[in-house]
Amino acid sequence: MNAMMTRRALILACLVFLMPLGARAVQPDEILSDPNLEARARALSGELRCMVCQNESIDESNADLARDLRLLVRERLQAGDSDDQIRTFLVRRYGDFILLKPPFKLETWLLWGAPFLILLAGGCVIFFSRRRRTDLAPPNSLSEAERVKLQAMLDEDGS
Amino acid sequence: MIVETGHYALVLALALALVNSILPVWGSLTGDRRLMAVAPQATLIGFCLIAYAYFALTSAHVVSDFSLVNVVENSHSAKPLIYKITGVWGNHEGSMLLWVLVLSLFGAAVALFSRSMPEDLRANVLAVQSWIGAAFLLFILLTSNPFARLAAPPAEGNDLNPLLQDPGLAIHPPLLYLGYVGLSITYSFAAAALISGRIDAVFARFVRPWTLVAWISLTLGIAMGSYWAYYTLGWGGFWFWDPVENASLMPWLAATALLHCTVVMEKRQALKIWTIFLAILAFSLSLVGTFLVRSGVLTSVHAFASDPTRGVFILLILVIFIGGSFALFALRASGLKQGGLFAPISREGALVLNNLLLTTCCATVFVGTLYPLALEAVTGEKISVGAPFFNLTFVPLFIPLFILMPIGQLMPWKRGDLLGVLQRLRVAFAAGLVFMAVLSAWRGGPAVSVILSGVALYVIVGSFVDLWRRLLGGGVTLGGVSQRARGLPRHAFGTAFAHAGIGVTLLGLAATGWGVERITSLKPGDRVGIGPYELTFESLMPRQGPNYSELVGRTVIRGAKGEVVARIEPASRFYPARGMSRAEAGIATLGLGQVYMSIADPAANGAVNARIFWKPLVALIWLGALVMAFGGCLSLSDRSFRVGIARRARKAPAPSPQPAE
Repeated sequence: MNAMMTRRALILACLVFLMPLGARAVQPDEILSDPNLEARARALSGELRCMVCQNESIDESNADLARDLRLLVRERLQAGDSDDQIRTFLVRRYGDFILLKPPFKLETWLLWGAPFLILLAGGCVIFFSRRRRTDLAPPNSLSEAERVKLQAMLDEDGS
Repeated sequence: MIVETGHYALVLALALALVNSILPVWGSLTGDRRLMAVAPQATLIGFCLIAYAYFALTSAHVVSDFSLVNVVENSHSAKPLIYKITGVWGNHEGSMLLWVLVLSLFGAAVALFSRSMPEDLRANVLAVQSWIGAAFLLFILLTSNPFARLAAPPAEGNDLNPLLQDPGLAIHPPLLYLGYVGLSITYSFAAAALISGRIDAVFARFVRPWTLVAWISLTLGIAMGSYWAYYTLGWGGFWFWDPVENASLMPWLAATALLHCTVVMEKRQALKIWTIFLAILAFSLSLVGTFLVRSGVLTSVHAFASDPTRGVFILLILVIFIGGSFALFALRASGLKQGGLFAPISREGALVLNNLLLTTCCATVFVGTLYPLALEAVTGEKISVGAPFFNLTFVPLFIPLFILMPIGQLMPWKRGDLLGVLQRLRVAFAAGLVFMAVLSAWRGGPAVSVILSGVALYVIVGSFVDLWRRLLGGGVTLGGVSQRARGLPRHAFGTAFAHAGIGVTLLGLAATGWGVERITSLKPGDRVGIGPYELTFESLMPRQGPNYSELVGRTVIRGAKGEVVARIEPASRFYPARGMSRAEAGIATLGLGQVYMSIADPAANGAVNARIFWKPLVALIWLGALVMAFGGCLSLSDRSFRVGIARRARKAPAPSPQPAE
C-alpha cells in the first residue's frame, strides 16, 4: 500500500516536473513580429548547437537550454546586433562547441581541408598509376583473328 | 531454465566458432578436404545455436521475466507484445546478440547457397566469418551478457525508451544490421581471397550478389531510420548528420562504390587491388560504426573513458580485424597482376571516377564524424561538426555524381566517345532544363531547389535512355519490344531503376525548399491555412493507450473547395513508467506531399502550441530509396548471379531464351 502511494507520488512528480519538456522546438510566443529578424533568428539558431543534446541545433531542440538560447538570440537581434556579433558573443560565452559549423582555424584546417586533400590525393594516385601502366603496357599484340574472336565474346556477354 | 540454455547455447556457439576458425584454414593450406568440409556444417550448427540463444532472450522478454537484468531495464509488463519482441534489440546487449545472429545468418547462407564455389575459397570464407563471430561472441559473453540474472527480481520493469516504442523501430534495426553486418561477407571473401591468393573474376562474381544483398538492406534500413526520425522527433527533419546516422551512411557509400567496381573486376579483370581494398574497407566502416554506437564514445569522450570495458574491447576487435586484413592486403597486393587496360573516357574510367567521388564522400563523413572526438582526445578542446559542415563539403562532392551517373551508364567499355554519349543524353538534358525553366516561372522559390529539381529529372530520364535505346531503338513493333525486353539482362533494368531511384530521392530533397511551416498557438475551432490546404483544429481530447496516456488534437484538412481531404490526430504522449513524453506527429500524405502536424502539451488557457508543415513531394525521399532497392532486387535476380546457371544459359541455343520468371 505504502509502496503504491510512493509510486503514485513519483508519477505525479514526473508529471509536474517533466511536462514542460513537452514543449517542442520554436514556440509561438518566441516568434518576433518583424519577419526579417525572425528569418535571421531561425537561420542563426539552425547553426547553433543545443549543448545538452546530441547533435541537435537549438532550433530543433526541445530542451529548456535551447529555448533560453533562442530567446537570447532574438533579444540580441532586436538590440540590433549583427549575426557575427551574436556568434562571437555566444562563442565567448560557450566556446566553439556551440557552433555546428566549426570555425576555420589552426585546429580545424585539417577538418575543412580533408575532403579536398583526399580528392586531390585520390586523383593523383589514379593519374600516376595510369601513367605508370601505360608506360609498362605491352604494345597491342592481338592478332586480327584474336581481335574478332574477342569482340564476339564481348558481344555475347550482353552489355 | 530456458534462459540458462540460451546462455549455454551462446557459449557452445563460441567454442564452435573457435574450432571453425582454425580447421578449414588448416585444411585449405594442407589440401585436406575433410577439414575443409567441416566449415559448412559447423557454420550451420553455429547459426542454430545463436538463433536459439536469441529465441531464449526473446521469450524472456515476452513473458516479462524480471529476474533478468536486461528485461528489467528495458521492458514493462504493460508494454504491447510487439514492443516486447522488438525491445529485444532496443538495448545494447540484445542488439549485439542480433548483430551476431545476422553475422551467422550470412555465414549459413553462404554455406547453403554457394555450393558451386571453389572448395578452398568457401572454407576460407566461412573460417574468416567464424573469426568475426568468435570475437563478437566473446565480447557479448565477457562484457554484455544479456542473460545476467538478478538475485532479487523487482515486480516491474523500467520500460523501453518511448522513442523506441514504434513500428518503425520494429523494422529499422534488423534491416540495417542485414546491410551493416551483411558486409562481413564481402570482408570474409576478400580475406579468403588474400589467404588463398586467388583474386580473379570468379571472386568478383561470387562477392557481387552478397554485396548487393547487403546494399539493398542497408538502403532500406537507412531510409526506414530516416522516416522513423521524421515522424517521431516531431519537427519534420529526416537527416541530421548525427554520428549514429553517419555510422550507417559510411558503409553504404563504401558498399555502393564496391558494387560498381566489382562490375569492372568481373567484366574487365581491372581494379583488382582496389576492389579488395574496398571490400575490406566497407566492413571496416561497419565495425567503426559499431564501435561508435556501442562504446558510448559519442555521448562524450569522458563517459567512454570512465567505463571503457566495452569500448576498449570493440576497439581491440577493430584493430585486429582492420589491421590484420590490411596487413594481409599489403603483403599480397603487390603481387597482383593488373588486368585489362582502358582509356580514360570509357565505362571503366567513369566507374573509377564514381569510386573516387564516393570514397571521398565517405572519407568526408568519416573525418567529420571522428574529428571532434580526436580533437577532444588530443587537445581537450570541444568543437561541433554538424549539418552546416556536411552541407558545405559532402553535397558539392555528391552533385558531380548525379551528373556523371547517366553518362557512365551509356559509356561503352574500354574506349568511349564522350560527345556521342552526351548526344544520346540530349533528351535527359532537355528534360532537366525545361523542368528548371517551368519551375522557376511557375513556382519560383529558392534557386537551389529549382536547379536540383532539374538535375533530378535529368538523372531520372537519363537512367532510362540506355534501356529506351535498347528496347525501342530503330522502330520496332510491340511484340518486338517485349521480345527484346526478355533478351536484355535483368541487371540492365536494375541499373536503370537504382539510378532513377537516386534521382527520385534528389527530387524529394530539392522540393523541401518549397515547404511551408507555421508555428502557432491553437484553440479548438481555430483554422490555419498551410500550403494549398486549410486545417481546422476541432478538439483536444485525452485518450488512454496500453502503456501511455495521450492528448490527441483532432484536426481536419480541407482542400481549396472546402472538401475534407484527410483527418489527422497529432498527439502528445506521456509514458508514466519512464516519466517521459514524446510527440506523435499527425501526418497525411496527399499526393506525394505531406501535411505534418505536431502538438505540444496545452498551456493554462487551453491552447496548444503546434508546428504545422506542408512538405510538397516529401514522400519521394523515401520512395526513391524503395526504387533503388527495387533496382537492386532486379539486379540480384539476374541470371548471371544464379550460380551455375550462367554457363548453361550461354550454351543454350539463342532463339529459345529462358522464360523471365
